[in-house]
Amino acid sequence: MFDFLGIPPQALFGQLLLGLINGSFYAMLSLGLAVIFGLLNIINFTHGAQYMMGAFGAYFLLQYLGLSYWWALVISPLVVGLTGVIVERLMLKHLYKLDHLYGLLLTFGLALITEGLFRNEFGSSGQPYRIPEQLLGGNNLGFMFLPNYRAWVVVASLTVCLATWYVIERTKLGSYLRAATENPTLVQAFGINVPRMITLTYGFGVALAGFAGVLAAPIYQVAPQMGSNLIIVVFAVVVIGGMGSIMGSILTGFGLGVIEGLTKVFYPEASNTVIFVIMALVLLVKPAGLFGRTT
Amino acid sequence: MKFTRTMTLAATVALAIGAGQAQAQYSDGTIKIGVLTDMSSLYTDLSGAGSLLAARLAAEDFGAAAKGMKVEFVNADHQNKADVGSAVARQWYDVDKVDVIVDTPNSGVALAVNQITREKNKVFLVSGAATSDLSGKACSPNTIHWTYDTWLLANGTGNAIVKTGGDSWYFLTADYAFGHALEGDTEAVVTKNGGKVLGKVRHPLNTADFSSFLLQAQASKAKIIGLANAGGDTTNSIKQAAEFGIVRGGQNLAGLLVFLTDVHALGLQTAQGLIFTETWYWDMNDNNRAFAKRMAAANKGIHPTMIHAGVYSAVTHYLKAVEALKSDADGGAVVKKMKDTPTNDPLFGQGSIRQDGRKIHPAYLFEVKKPAESKAPWDYYKLRATIPAEQAFRPVNEGNCPLVRG
Repeated sequence: MFDFLGIPPQALFGQLLLGLINGSFYAMLSLGLAVIFGLLNIINFTHGAQYMMGAFGAYFLLQYLGLSYWWALVISPLVVGLTGVIVERLMLKHLYKLDHLYGLLLTFGLALITEGLFRNEFGSSGQPYRIPEQLLGGNNLGFMFLPNYRAWVVVASLTVCLATWYVIERTKLGSYLRAATENPTLVQAFGINVPRMITLTYGFGVALAGFAGVLAAPIYQVAPQMGSNLIIVVFAVVVIGGMGSIMGSILTGFGLGVIEGLTKVFYPEASNTVIFVIMALVLLVKPAGLFGRTT
Repeated sequence: MKFTRTMTLAATVALAIGAGQAQAQYSDGTIKIGVLTDMSSLYTDLSGAGSLLAARLAAEDFGAAAKGMKVEFVNADHQNKADVGSAVARQWYDVDKVDVIVDTPNSGVALAVNQITREKNKVFLVSGAATSDLSGKACSPNTIHWTYDTWLLANGTGNAIVKTGGDSWYFLTADYAFGHALEGDTEAVVTKNGGKVLGKVRHPLNTADFSSFLLQAQASKAKIIGLANAGGDTTNSIKQAAEFGIVRGGQNLAGLLVFLTDVHALGLQTAQGLIFTETWYWDMNDNNRAFAKRMAAANKGIHPTMIHAGVYSAVTHYLKAVEALKSDADGGAVVKKMKDTPTNDPLFGQGSIRQDGRKIHPAYLFEVKKPAESKAPWDYYKLRATIPAEQAFRPVNEGNCPLVRG
């Protein structure tokens, strides 16, 4: 057998697979950000907090209503999406005509407030959430032990990502959405309710974050700062992939997960900086990001 | 990141505004205690607001008001950044007339504040930070390291595990001063007892996903995976180790620094069977239980950790020393008085403080109960062994502390 820089191939395959699993969270979150930025021109800094709310949603449903993980997977994103709709209706819609910076400041402020409220109520060390019984255990793949739940995370995330890409890029509804970003007035003239479409799009992007939160709940502690730890990385992913590019953010999400995973083997100390190094390099060479269009 | 910098700036500005109301010193009637801790991140529950509360309770129980001593409190969030912590400490000492800083989890921040406190001749009472350097090569005539340290954790837990057959280790280490100190101290214990260290991996502070590191630990075939980290890092490692079948595969986890709040966050189902060392547990005697009841009532039900108890004990002893001296102006003199006086408080009982600034008391080896053994919320530990005070901490001549050399 060959060794790659002193790492046996079994270990390497294992790390690649783990990278893909972490990448699925990056992909789902950056996809939501890309959808929101693409159609609303808003840099949604609340995304991390909304991801955290998704995880807490699952915890509340189990704790207070006794509803299982599978119910949470449906209900929690819907509820989080609904809070997104309310935020869009009450606040964000007033900002579309202004500079990006205002939307960014508003969503950043909302994120700080939300996280502060949760921390005040539930402390920082987080709440336990068990892996659903159907997904307990795992399989020995020869080169690593793969917990069933992690396999489920990759499958769920890939399905959601590809479905979203298909709807936006390949269906009639998606074409309305894309047209509305190019020229809202004209699309409205054809009798399409553009403001409602934008509201629902924001709600959908936020629901994606909530969905990722529910997926994350059994793996990580359900803690108020779980989102803020992740969101900075996800923003780097979006920047690398190119703001607003749907497929770009999916591919970059998975790809960077893998790169980060490999860094954890070769030089673990740098594992939380490697993505930013790549971001700097990409910005130097392609300022619009790997998949971004320069306009 | 830009935002972090902006936030730091905002925090500094907020502090500067607060500085307008500078208070007089005890000589003018006020003792000002600064609780510098993590109020927003992974160490908040095990220290944080609970530490401020414990310090207040200590002053209340001491009867400071009745004795004519005016005690005031300030607190700040150091965000686990040594530069933020240093800026707050300088601000407090120079402008706000703070006399003593207490708690300060995060060894990196504590080492910085240790240095500043010495320069300004104030007092630093460490309960939250772990590095044994605070009473070793970084020891200071102005600092007392109160509750626990990495040497204690390493020896208490490391000895017990190596002696029961856990003789090959792999470390998961938080990549900063505390993790390095804990790893180094534990490695020394393991090798001294004839064990081997097969490898180690250093992860950034506040990591969410440990699966990659756990897989490397699994591949090492070490019998024991030593977690040289704390707070949220430890709970995430333990939770994900269960997921990846590490324990079922025949390897065992050694949580080198585990707090009550970590066990609470994990739940007994995941945490059961963990062995670790602490110096205080709320359910050991009536005094501790009474303290826990008061703390929990005022702190969202969170039962006090050993750090909270340490803050209470340290502030109590500090106030005694200041009362005896009738002055808090000379930090070095106050610490000297504290060292000369035997300690005695409801939570830690009788004890003493060594010349290197190490507070001495017994330590306990605990095991986390099985879910069936726990009779009430927060009923989590059973006592496995008591380590007498004179064996619990590093011998005074082995720490390379300049204060005791020669």
